[in-house]
Order: sequence, then C-alpha cells, then structure tokens
Amino acid sequence: MILRLSGLEPLNITPEFGFVVVGERTNITGSPKFSKLILAGDFDGALAVARQQVQGGANLLDVNMDEGMIDSEAAIIRFLNLIGSEPEIARIPIVIDSSKWSVIEAGLKCVQGKAVVNSISLKNGEEEFLRQARLIRRYGAATIVMAFDEQGQADSFQRKIDICSRAYDVLIKHADFPASDIIFDPNILTIGTGLEEHRNYAVDFIEATRWVKKNLPGARVSGGVSNISFSFRGNNTVREAMHAAFLFHAIRAGLDMGIVNAGQLAVYEEIDPELRERVEDVLLNRRDDATERLVDFAENVKAKGKTPVTDEAWRKEPVEERLKHALVKGIIDHIDADTEEARQKCKRPLDVIEGPLMAGMSVVGDLFGAGKMFLPQVVKSARVMKKAVAYLMPFMEAEKSAGAKPQARIVMATVKGDVHDIGKNIVGVVLQCNNYDVVDLGVMVPAAKILETAREKKADAIGLSGLITPSLDEMVHVAQEMEREGFRLPLLIGGATTSRAHTAVKIAPHYRASTVHVLDASRAVGVVNSLLNEELKSEFDKKTREDYERLRQEHAAKTQGKKLLTLEEARVNRTVIDWSSCLPAKPDFLGVRVCAPALGDLVPFIDWSPFFHAWELRGRYPAIFDDPKVGKQARELFDDTQAILDHIAAKNLLVARGVHAFWPANSVRDDVDLYADEARSENVATFYFLRQQMQKPPGQFNHCLADYIAPQSDSRFEDYLGGFAVSIHGADELAEEFKLQYDDYSAIIAKALADRLAEAFAEYLHKQTRIAWGFGRDEQLSYADLMRERYRGIRPAAGYPACPEHAEKRTLFDLLDAEKNAHIKLTESFAMHPGASVSGLYFSHPAAKYFGVGQIGRDQLVDYAIRRGESVAAVEKRLAPNLDYSS
Amino acid sequence: MATNGLHPLEALMRERIVVLDGAMGTMIQRYKLSEADYRGKRFSDWKGKDLKGSLELLNLTRPQVVEEIHAAYLDAGADVIETNTFSGTTIGLNDFLFQGEPTRGRKDQEFFQRVVDDVDLRALVHEINFEAARIARRAADRVSNETGQQRFVGGSMGPLPVAGSISPDVNDPAFRAVSFDQLRQTYFDEAKALLQGGVDLLIVETIFDTLNGKAALFAITDVFEKTGRSVPLMISGTVIDKSGRNLSGQTVEALLISIAHAEPLIVGLNCSLGPIEMEPFIEELARISPYYMSAYPNAGLPDALSPTGFPETAETFAPKVAKWAENGWLNVVGGCCGTTPDHIHALAKLVRQFSPRVLETTISRK
Repeated sequence: MILRLSGLEPLNITPEFGFVVVGERTNITGSPKFSKLILAGDFDGALAVARQQVQGGANLLDVNMDEGMIDSEAAIIRFLNLIGSEPEIARIPIVIDSSKWSVIEAGLKCVQGKAVVNSISLKNGEEEFLRQARLIRRYGAATIVMAFDEQGQADSFQRKIDICSRAYDVLIKHADFPASDIIFDPNILTIGTGLEEHRNYAVDFIEATRWVKKNLPGARVSGGVSNISFSFRGNNTVREAMHAAFLFHAIRAGLDMGIVNAGQLAVYEEIDPELRERVEDVLLNRRDDATERLVDFAENVKAKGKTPVTDEAWRKEPVEERLKHALVKGIIDHIDADTEEARQKCKRPLDVIEGPLMAGMSVVGDLFGAGKMFLPQVVKSARVMKKAVAYLMPFMEAEKSAGAKPQARIVMATVKGDVHDIGKNIVGVVLQCNNYDVVDLGVMVPAAKILETAREKKADAIGLSGLITPSLDEMVHVAQEMEREGFRLPLLIGGATTSRAHTAVKIAPHYRASTVHVLDASRAVGVVNSLLNEELKSEFDKKTREDYERLRQEHAAKTQGKKLLTLEEARVNRTVIDWSSCLPAKPDFLGVRVCAPALGDLVPFIDWSPFFHAWELRGRYPAIFDDPKVGKQARELFDDTQAILDHIAAKNLLVARGVHAFWPANSVRDDVDLYADEARSENVATFYFLRQQMQKPPGQFNHCLADYIAPQSDSRFEDYLGGFAVSIHGADELAEEFKLQYDDYSAIIAKALADRLAEAFAEYLHKQTRIAWGFGRDEQLSYADLMRERYRGIRPAAGYPACPEHAEKRTLFDLLDAEKNAHIKLTESFAMHPGASVSGLYFSHPAAKYFGVGQIGRDQLVDYAIRRGESVAAVEKRLAPNLDYSS
Repeated sequence: MATNGLHPLEALMRERIVVLDGAMGTMIQRYKLSEADYRGKRFSDWKGKDLKGSLELLNLTRPQVVEEIHAAYLDAGADVIETNTFSGTTIGLNDFLFQGEPTRGRKDQEFFQRVVDDVDLRALVHEINFEAARIARRAADRVSNETGQQRFVGGSMGPLPVAGSISPDVNDPAFRAVSFDQLRQTYFDEAKALLQGGVDLLIVETIFDTLNGKAALFAITDVFEKTGRSVPLMISGTVIDKSGRNLSGQTVEALLISIAHAEPLIVGLNCSLGPIEMEPFIEELARISPYYMSAYPNAGLPDALSPTGFPETAETFAPKVAKWAENGWLNVVGGCCGTTPDHIHALAKLVRQFSPRVLETTISRK
C-alpha cells in the first residue's frame, strides 16, 4: 500500500521507496538554533533552517513550535504561512508536530497539501482519540500514532504492540481511517542510562517495529531517532554512531521513516569498528557491561576529539584516497585543493573525473545500494562531486582547441517525475569537454519544456535521462510529443533503468528520427559524433535502425510472421466437445470455502524439481540424487532444506491460507457467466477469455478456456466453474531473520520453499476439488502421476499462457473475497502479495487442457475490449505482449 | 437502467461518456440584462451597490432566464446541468450584497468574519442556492420525464475572490485575508442550501487554491453529517498555465492526493485553459487518477475579439475535446467559460462513439 502525501508536489511512499527522512531541525524542542531564531522573532532565519533541511534531502519537514514562552498556535500559523510562499520548501509535505491538539489543528488549517500529524494517541481514551482522528481525516492528513495509552507511554515490547494493535483496530473500524495513512511511533526511548530497565529499549523498539509491519498491514513505523542517544549529549561522535547503527538495525526490521537531522547522518560502514561494536552492544543489549564500556570509549573519543590530528588523519592519504574519502563523507572543505592536486598529476582534467572522482562515486553508489548510506548523504556526495567538476570546468574549456568548428548544441534533461541527475551531469561534462554546447535543463523537466527549449535554442540533439522505472514511460511520452510536434532531431536515451532493448521496442517506434540508447558516459561522445556528423550519420542511423529492428523482432514472440485467423474463423474452429457423452460434473457444494491446512499436509504435494532448478541444479526429483554431476549437491541441499522445513513446522513459521469455491456457470461464446445459484438467472460475474488465432493443422482446435464450459445456449447442460487462491505467509519475515544472522543460504531456501509450498497447496486443493466434483474420489495417483497432472481437469491461472489477462485476478479475488479469506493482496498491477501465492480457475471437463493463447489480432482485441466494457487503449496496454500488431 | 446497486450517475458513466453543460455566464450575457433586470421587483429599491453582474441573484429575480439556459443545454445533449451558483457564497457575493466596509484599510479576516456571520446575507445566500437548485431540478426533471433518460443536477460550488494559502500582499507573505474556518463557514451555507434544494451531486470546481477546495470539502462532509444525507462529489481543479500547477502552486498529482480524503466520485480539470493547453494535464490525470475523470476546458484562451470572448467555436472546440475521449481518458466531458449549447451539442454528438475510461472497481457501491 502506498502512503500518498503532498506539498506542492506529490510524495508517493511505496514499499520500495526506501527510508523516508523527516527533517527535524525546524523543531523548537530539539534544535537550539531554531528555538533561538523563533524566540527572537527571526522568521527569515527560521525559513533558512527549513530550506537547508530540504536541500539536505529531507522528504518531509517536521515543524514543532511547542515552547512555553511563545504563543505556539500563532507561531505555527505564521511559520506555515511563510513556508507556503517559499516554493522550494513548500515542495515537500509538512509534519505538523505538537503535543497540543489545538496547535495541530491550527497547523492543519494552513496547509494545502496532504500533511502528517505528529501525533495523536490513546492517552486520553478512545473517545478523544477517535474525535481527533476523524478530524484529521476531514482535514485530509495522515497521522502518526504514538504508542501511548491511558496507562502511559509504552516501554516494553508487549505494551508497544498491544497499544499499536488496539489503535489500529479503532482507527480502521470506527474512524474509517485508511491503513496506509497510519504511521506508528512505538517510542524510541533513551538507552545507555545505566538503569537496568532501560537496557532493552532499543531491542523492544526494533522488535515492535517488526511486529507492526508484519501484523498491521498498510501501517508504517516512524520514530524520533535522536532520543536513543540522549544520555550521550555533548558527544556527537558517539551520538552519530548510535543513530547510524540504530537506523541500520531498525530499518532492517521495517522502520519506514525517522525524524533525523537531514544532511548529518553518519555512514554505518564508516563507524570506527571498535566504537561500532560497543554501540551495538548497547543497542542490542548484548552484554551486561555494555553501557560502561561505551562510556569509557566515549570519554576517550571526547579527549581525542580535542586534538584535530585524529579527524584529519585522512588528509595524509594519497590524493586519490582523499578524493574518495571526501566523496563518501560528503566533505567539501578541501575539495578544490585536492582536485587541483589530482589535475596536476593527470594528463588531462577529464582524467580526474573519469579516474578518482568516478571511483569515489561508485563507492557511494555501492553503499547506497546496500542500504548503508541514505539519500541525504548521497546528495552531499553529489555536491562534492559537482564542486570538483566545477573546479575542473575552466581547465577543460581552455583545453578545447581554439578555432574548432562551431559547436553543436545538445539539450539534456532528467525527465519529469525523476530527480536523478548524476549520470546526466557526467555525460554533460564529457560532452562539453568534446566541444559540444550542452543546455542542461536539470531534473523533473516536463516534455513541453524540453521541446520548447530545443526549439528556442535550435538544438542539434536531445538527451533524456532517468533512473527510476516510471521515467521509462515518461521518455516514451517525450518521444511521442516530439513526433507529434514534428521534431526531427536525434533523441538520446540514457540512465540506469534504460536499455537498448527498451529503447528499440518502446521508444524508437514512436519517433521517426534517430533514437539511440547510450549505455554510459564513455559512449556518449561516440554516439553524438556519429549522429551529428554529415558523413557518418546516415550509416550510423541505418545501423542503429537495423540493430533495433532485430531487437524488436527478437522481442516480438516467435510466433509472429504467421498469418492469424480472423476471430470469426477461430471461433468456428472452437474445441469440439460432445457434452451429452460426458455430462458436466456437479460439485458437492457451492459458494466459497476457506481452507487452512497444516504444512505437513502440503509436503507430499510438493513438486521438488523446480526447487532444484531454482538452485541451478538440473534434473528431475528424485532421480536427481543419482545424477553423477549434481547428485551430491542436490542431496546436501535437500537435507538442509528438510532441516529448515522441520524448524518451520515445529515453530509454525509459515502459515498456509487458502480459499476455493464453486459457482454454477455456462459459457457464452468466449466468456463464462457465473450465477448466484442453481436458478441461473442472476449473473454474479463474468470471466472473459481469449481465443487462439494461430493457424492450426486439420483436426486441431483454436482453443479458448470458455470452450471447456457447457454453453448457455443448450439448456440441457448445467456446468460449474471452480476457483481458488492460496498463499503461504511468513516467508519474507523468515528470510529476513536468516539474513540478520548473515545466513543468506537459509534465507533463499526459506523463500524457495514457500514458493513450492504455495504450488503444493494449489495441487492439494485441486485434489480436494476433484473429490468435491465426485470424479476424484477413486483416483489412484502415484506421486509421479500427480506431478505430471495425470488427472481430470485443469487449473489455469490468470497471467499464464491460457489466460494472459492479469485483470481476471481482480474478478476472481472479488468472488473469493481472497483479500479477507486468504490474506492475499492484489496490487494495482495485479501482482499477488505475499509472493508465495497461487490463484486460478478449476475446469472439470476431461477435454480441458493447457494451451497458450499466443498472438491475437486487433479484431479479437476490440471484441474483447467491448465485452469487458473497457477502452481499446486500456486493454491494449495490458495485453501488449500478445498483440499481433503494434498499438 | 439496471444499476447493480451503483449510483445511477456512476452506472451511466460506466456505460458511456457523460455530458456536462457549458458556460452559464456566457449565456446570460446574451440576454443583455440591465441593472433593472438584475434588481427585478424585489430589489428595486435596493440601497447598496449596483447589482448588475451578480449572476446568482438572477435565480431570484429572473428565474425564467436561468431555466431557459438549462433547457438549452439539456436540449443540446447535456446529461448533467450545473446550478447557477458558481459564486453563490456569502464571501463570493460580498462585493454585491454585503453592506459593511473593511475597517482596517483592506479586506482581512476581521472583515470576512462579519461577512460570513451576517444574518441577512446568509439568509439571502441560502435562498439563492435553494432556488437555483429548484430551477435546475425542474428543468432536468422535465427532460427526464419527456425522454425517459435520467438527467442530473450538479450543485456548482466555485472558487472565491480570496485564497486561504496565498497572501494578497507581497510585502507580508504570512498575511491571509481569510481563515480556513471562514472558508468552511461560507461553503457550508452554500452546500447545505444546494442539498436542500435537491441537487444530485455537488461539484467543487475551478479549485485554484487547494486550501479553499479542502475547506469546501470539509464543509460538505459537515453538511452530510448534519443532514444525514449525502450525494456524490465531483472535484475539479484548474491549472493556470503551462507549468501544470494551480495558482497556489500544486501539481495535478499533488492536488489529487490532497483531495482524496473526500472520497470523490469524479475528479477532473476545468477553466483557465483551452483544450490545446489543457491536454497534457488531462493526459496526466487520466493516467494517475483512481476516480472517474472529467474535463471541461474553456473555449480557448480569452480573446477579446471573438463574440463570446473566446476563440474556439463549436466546430473547432468539439473535436479537440473529443480526441481525449477517443484516447480513453474521460468519463465526463463539457465546457467552461465561452462554451454554449452549440459547443455542447457538437461535443455530445462526437463523444457518443467513444467508450468511457474504465475503472477496475466501482466507487459508489458500498
């Protein structure tokens, strides 16, 4: 579930978003500087603090005016109104922070975006809690809920989760509050106080976080991080180490956001190993004398801190190391001098960028990717990088050969919706070094702006960049706009998620001029030279087009090229079933049944072969154990897996939940209508199926799943359709636990095992279904027979070859109420959560078989869209891989 | 029509593209009404400021004019007509109907508190909105009965001359002429009267400042709670220029997120821009919005030389807007400033051939 917030711009916090940084320096209770400014009435100075938090990478801005000396309501109104006229700050959503409801409400009346309230709690009972929650909803905000109730603040794990769970239920049941708008703060309390009862506070918080994320779906967890280290006030080295280490562990447990000093976070990896060990001893409550040991160390650090030698030790390293250090740490102080030194060592200024600077940035990239650095730190690193590049620019300018040909001009932009520009900036620098005039439009640039600038500046080429996946669509959009407006300039595509294949298949077809993917900065110059050189360009363009055409052909399924039947012809060649010779089976119940078998019941149904494939051990179970090459490995893996399976079963670490159902059904051409009851008069739902349109040899049919259900037109045959959704819960959490113990091996086993169990569950339930149909009662199937599906009927799944339409899952899930009955969530793009889930339909007729729909023609697509009551465009988008034509 | 438990408007939107009416003000101008016409008998000895141009007052003084315009739009093919209440709030009408003056040199919160509390003004505003709903109701019901095809009345709740999140004084950026509570109160009175007058839905439109819009939505929820009756909501923002933002600076997506809590049935854009300029924002909203989608642009950017003040004629306007329908972006389509029954007629004819944008899940069924 996505937490959607807004300032002037949207902030969509998806599960993949990463850690959300809430800037804390505009909190009067936590920032002496901000407090001083507000008390002195210096609101301009206070705005500067807010601006610095935004520039430091804060995703949200926490504003708190709880100070006894001032009128907090008036102050928050004034400050929020002022922020409203500063677009740079108002861009991000506000966290309205106060312990007084009247101040919160005053703040809510000032913000046009969707803000977050920090916080409400059960402190004064449910009635007051609900009153406030309903008002927050009416003002259109999300809320942080503190783990606080009538008895006081929750300190232990049990109290934290009891209160969170109670608050969650009350909010959802009685305030109609969306779960995704709830953020719990299970209280980060101070540790290292020397008091016995405080020793487990960090662990309790981390465990409560894990529990909330697992048990309260949709809700998020936040915390005020600096509280944890309060007992080490005055010792910033220790405090920052504590914050970094705490965040490292809490984020792994699921902490979504934290109120932190954006722009001043230490890097977990960079903490002095000894300090880190002592900090973690305290945080994780690992030894009785942990606090004493950290205090000893802290005093040491403090003493050393007075002699600048320790801090500045890195200055003695070689210049390449110093540049790397400065980039990773985001230290800007010596960058010009170091860059100059490196420049003198290198042959050309560009070598400094491509050498030590890029090396440093790649370390940053790796740390960020591994979750060991946070976005604000990366922003700081980029700043250092930019400063170094800026220093080198004049030298590169000077290097350009005098009297060179007139510069060609390239307009570059990171597309709308994306803020990543390091790659684009590097490409820009490299191009400039090669005598191109680069017009850089920056980040989040709408298509119209790019095109307008290109026209105005008479550009010779346009370069688009983006890092995140949605940027790919935006690039397609820009290409379409360029085509629509009659542009003929070459279009360059670059950025981490872009690829040659994507450019060839998705972007190039929309724009008739050259559209070229550029893999990295080093290729940019070659590509641009070729595209803009009169002699080279036609040859280069031709080669690229041929290359991309080949990629497109490879992409378009192998079936392409053969002429398809028309839909009418295909329908005539439908599967012939003699219904009177094998009457449809009637199940012994109708409607929905929930099913939660023990794992032990599912194990006999596991198909182990794919499990070994997942580990790249090829062979069929159980013969694989005798394989001369992989047999030993397979046996070892299997034994380890059995041990983990025993562990899981003993502790109930994985839980199976499923649901299946039968409905009276008849087919109407390519659709299957489901009825409320045997009267077959009330239609409760319709499944829409697709029909094969490929040419078939005589005697073979153009299959469609609807063929396997008796037609409505013949009232003699009353048929039934079954459906199911099954899931194995707990695998992600289990894998996470293994990972915490650095046991990736077991983590992968756990996940692969959950997938197998989900499939086994589907097989198990299919067996129950066949029993319910009747014909499965006297089945005599060996394990091998079962694995080869030597039984009557099939269970095709939406999104698989026989039914490539994922959207049918929505219909199925609604019918089964699978969200409630099996706890499976369906995302907007019809993916099932948790991942170890299977859903599908049960067809009983012996003639039913699995097949692939393959390519379909536009005639079927239009017919299908009309049947579904959707626009052609919407359906084309979903079924793009199956289209015989380009939409 | 079988509605499967859906609100009939939602059922219709799933079946085909629903047509909204066009401009009210543009049509009223054609009547070339004088000060005396605006006053009618009732306000003939009105002592305050001139009333000419107070379009909402015509609901009381020239109801037949308003009803004729509604009828013209219904004849042109509109499924939904909007009440003549765009500025029908105590604050929106203060320039014409409020007798008081600012005491501190400019209109500020002290002034607007008197406006929203003024007993006479509130009674008049109630009557204006109530009557406006009744007039539209009559017109719509007559056509529903004649054709057997249900027509709907949307209670129009337009913007105000003051904004909750913008300072009118560049030298004092923290200054706000009006408070959230005052905005709430003024919209509360309007929404309540419209609802009592029998509208089928409420349309909060031309939202140039999202805080104003949020106050209107807050007030509507209050009215629903107090009266125990609720109707579907349509929310329409306005993008002021090519930047893709409203006047208070929000992007279309940020606006969408900021109003989602009101659980609207329909969200879209109107006013400010013509179809050419509005297109990218319609496309974007259609891509991201989980609600039914409406669009009713102006007949181009203002052009003093055109007879209506806007350059797009029915023939040029309709295909541009219909193209959005063809692209599968729309559920509700109509016109804003400068559009006439001719525009709506041409548009209704063109969009008939296109399927509506389809939502996976329905909204009005609980």
